[in-house]
Amino acid sequence: MFGFVVRRLLTSVLVLFLASILVYVSVAALGDPLAELRSNPRTPRSVIEAKRRELNLDKPIPVRYGIWLKDFVGGDMGRDLKGREIQPRLVRALGLTLRLAILSTILAVFLAMVVGVYSAVRQYSISDYAFTFTGFLFLSMPVFWLAALLKEFGALRINRLFGERIVYTVGDSSPNLTGSFWHRMGDYAGHLALPTLALALVSFAAWSRYQRATMLDVLNSDYVRLARAKGIKNSRVLIRHALRNALIPLTTVVAIDIGAVFAGAVITESVFGWSAMGRLFINGVKDNDTNTLLAFMMVTGVFVILFNLLADVLYGVLDPRIRV
Amino acid sequence: MPDDETAPDAAPASTLGSPERGVTTAAVNDGQAPTGPDREFTVESRSQSKMVLRRFLQHRAAVSSGVILLLVILLALLGGRFWKYTYSEFTPDFSAGPSLEHPMGTDGPGHDNFAQVLRGAQKSVQIALTVALVSTTTGTLIGAFAGYYRGLLDNILMRFTDLFLVIPPLIFFALLGNKFAGSGWLALALCLAAISWTSIARVVRGVFLSLREKEYVEAARALGANDRRIIFRHLLPNAIGPIIVNATITVAVAILVETSLSYLGLGVQSPDTSLGRLISDNQQAASTRPWLFYFPGLFIIIIALTVNFLGDGLRDAFDPTQRRVRA
Repeated sequence: MFGFVVRRLLTSVLVLFLASILVYVSVAALGDPLAELRSNPRTPRSVIEAKRRELNLDKPIPVRYGIWLKDFVGGDMGRDLKGREIQPRLVRALGLTLRLAILSTILAVFLAMVVGVYSAVRQYSISDYAFTFTGFLFLSMPVFWLAALLKEFGALRINRLFGERIVYTVGDSSPNLTGSFWHRMGDYAGHLALPTLALALVSFAAWSRYQRATMLDVLNSDYVRLARAKGIKNSRVLIRHALRNALIPLTTVVAIDIGAVFAGAVITESVFGWSAMGRLFINGVKDNDTNTLLAFMMVTGVFVILFNLLADVLYGVLDPRIRV
Repeated sequence: MPDDETAPDAAPASTLGSPERGVTTAAVNDGQAPTGPDREFTVESRSQSKMVLRRFLQHRAAVSSGVILLLVILLALLGGRFWKYTYSEFTPDFSAGPSLEHPMGTDGPGHDNFAQVLRGAQKSVQIALTVALVSTTTGTLIGAFAGYYRGLLDNILMRFTDLFLVIPPLIFFALLGNKFAGSGWLALALCLAAISWTSIARVVRGVFLSLREKEYVEAARALGANDRRIIFRHLLPNAIGPIIVNATITVAVAILVETSLSYLGLGVQSPDTSLGRLISDNQQAASTRPWLFYFPGLFIIIIALTVNFLGDGLRDAFDPTQRRVRA
């Protein structure tokens, strides 16, 4: 097991390295970071030249990549186009995005398990069809539309229902937030509720379909029939025998989809006006900012790799047949 | 990781079998019904495509989805010509709600919203169909050659797709979209296709890897068939199920990606419009003039939903192991 993990980590570092080259070269070759400066005809030539030299744009792309790589290995993410340190902003943004991504993943996995298992047990019942349709509906819904729907229509209703502002629609927390610990936590939760729900519903759709298929597979297997033939109670067969095995494949699917969850988080954040990874990313793309985009890519890449590795290790723990 | 190379992508509602289970049985007689005077029975034999069609027609949700999708696509592509308002026309009704005159209402300057939505849908559908066509063709060819010949091409392909497992494709979609979308919908479509062919290539490669070891390939080679004939006449028809299913799913994915990019301002640029842009432009008005926000979203959902149901029906139809319907 240990050797497997080490081997996987080494190949992952290689893949990340290649990915960083690919992203760096495409950003550097596709866009001009000085476009905004140039678009103003009154910017003096000397200013543009100075900025060009400051950003090393006068050097060829491989040299620039080398500089970036040296800094990155030394633990320095560099500065963005405006000359601000990327690292502290990235850490703050990552904290916010992780809060959203992790909570919505947990919620989505829980919902997917319950709904998937329920529709498998009651296959072809009305509720199964209803859940199937709901799953397909969320699968076909753009996350930004769902998020905007919750924001524009859901929030209003919920707040009116409770008679006070429970859920918020803009930002990750109220500005100048002070007060007791619980007050602050409540404020965070109020800001988190709708984005989390939007993101969770979209990922839940695919996962519940998957969970249903696995559970059906297990329920039709011989050992479940044997368990029933032995006279074990139905609830015990379902929970102890079937469910435990049916949960295993979902771990892999969730881990593989973590990149998609990140992408969904980027879009959801932009609907709710969060200043987190999504804003960093979108501004990076619009400004052709190599350093910011590379920082974004490395962080998400590391998470995707870690989650995939975790899934493989978990799979081995949960399913003795495929232990490496 | 369990051997997922041969499994169809972790798409929703996948039957958990590997695709080759589904396609080999019907292939051996290649759909040639014995005809001629020495036929013993009056029973008509069914070719593979007939069985697939029969199974598909039994799937009512998929058939009706297919019909609705076809109508919506026709409406999107041609509807703008026959509607009484054009998208740029100012009508005297400002911010009017849905009525007989304006079934989807009007916006602030008085544009007819139905005309706007038709135009947005036209662009979105054009983009989605182009992406599906281009990425399926490219992905199938590359996947087929990689799976059949293995070796260097296969290695390069797999490392390349590995990259896309690590980097969220959104990064490239956004980069390319931001750069090229200004030059029109076709450029954007080609950019999206340039990234999304990898997933279909993986699937086709997986199918080919397992099919190339089958006896009938060996038999074909013994009969003197060359590589080209084996790939295109023997292997490709047997991989057609996963390919068609994936092409369908690609349409749904492409429409969601395009609208998301356009929503973020990285896709279709004005003066062009798309369903995503319409939503993004009208979001501020959502609570006061909800029709501007609802209808473009509804169009996206109808297209993606029917495509997904269609894909589901096709998946079942191409999979002989599923016994719900006798073929």
